[in-house]
Amino acid sequence: MKQADFVNIVMPFKDKVFRLAKRLLVSREEAEDATQEILLKLWKNKEKIEDYKNVEAFSMTMTKNFCLDRLKSKQAQNLKIVHSNYTDSSASLQRQVEVGDSLNWVSKIIEDLPEQQKIIVQLRDIEQYDFAEISKMLEMNETAIRVALSRARKTIRQKLTNTHNYGVK
Amino acid sequence: MVLNSIEKLLEKYNNGETSLKEEAQLRAYFTGDNVADHLAHYKPLFQFFSSAQEEQYTKDVPLKTTKTIRLYQWISVAAVTVLMLGLMIPNIMGPTAEEKREAELAYNKTMEALNLLSIGMNEGKQQLGALSMVGENLDQGIESASMLGEFTKTKNRIFKNK
Repeated sequence: MKQADFVNIVMPFKDKVFRLAKRLLVSREEAEDATQEILLKLWKNKEKIEDYKNVEAFSMTMTKNFCLDRLKSKQAQNLKIVHSNYTDSSASLQRQVEVGDSLNWVSKIIEDLPEQQKIIVQLRDIEQYDFAEISKMLEMNETAIRVALSRARKTIRQKLTNTHNYGVK
Repeated sequence: MVLNSIEKLLEKYNNGETSLKEEAQLRAYFTGDNVADHLAHYKPLFQFFSSAQEEQYTKDVPLKTTKTIRLYQWISVAAVTVLMLGLMIPNIMGPTAEEKREAELAYNKTMEALNLLSIGMNEGKQQLGALSMVGENLDQGIESASMLGEFTKTKNRIFKNK
């Protein structure tokens, strides 16, 4: 397989990989690194790629696992994270009050969701995969995905309603 | 009528039961301008979904075949070259045919000279044999001289008895 063939296979979903990584890792730089890592891994295994039935789903699963590992090792390696979370949330809250950017609000709300729900919201509402594909990517059954999605959407609705009401008052 | 169906869809949406098509309808409605006031808080959500979809990965990925494998290949090539040189150098740098012939000639000459020497030595040994013959005669002389001694002994005895 040549570089051009590989790029043709990877092109359609590299942005999706990046967005999922960014949703989970938050920072743009980290997401870029993760995406690069995933693409390089795919490139290294390019001989096997042709055997995979669904390269895209496979890559998304890889991305999910990679990012979750990243998060785990990050939390394990420094205690500072507790502290930085602390300052970060207050800083962004302040910013949100100042700027009043409602899109940032939504992003912040999604950031606060549990990782599993974050991934599902990302895959469903943003990337618009159907449930069969998501269940393949996450190795979960569709019912469990629907339940998690419903929970996530209700949490988001709850928080949005609250902020909206505050905004009105 | 439209509002009603949107509300129903929202309900389904929150229960995670909408199809992709219905979600597209919702997205279209909330990114449009005619959003009912009591649903306004959903607006940023769907706007966020649409905007988040447009984010792109722009960095270039350096797609090169792994360097380490290449390094190993070169190391093996180097090893083979060294081995070959090790085998070839003695052949190239060693004695030529002419040198070999000269060496053989020198060896033969030395052998000849040594042979001559050994012949001379044998001759010398034969001469030494003559010398030993002289020695033998001398011994015989000494024996006959001792016989003379015997004679004087008996002669003295005779003269004493007188």
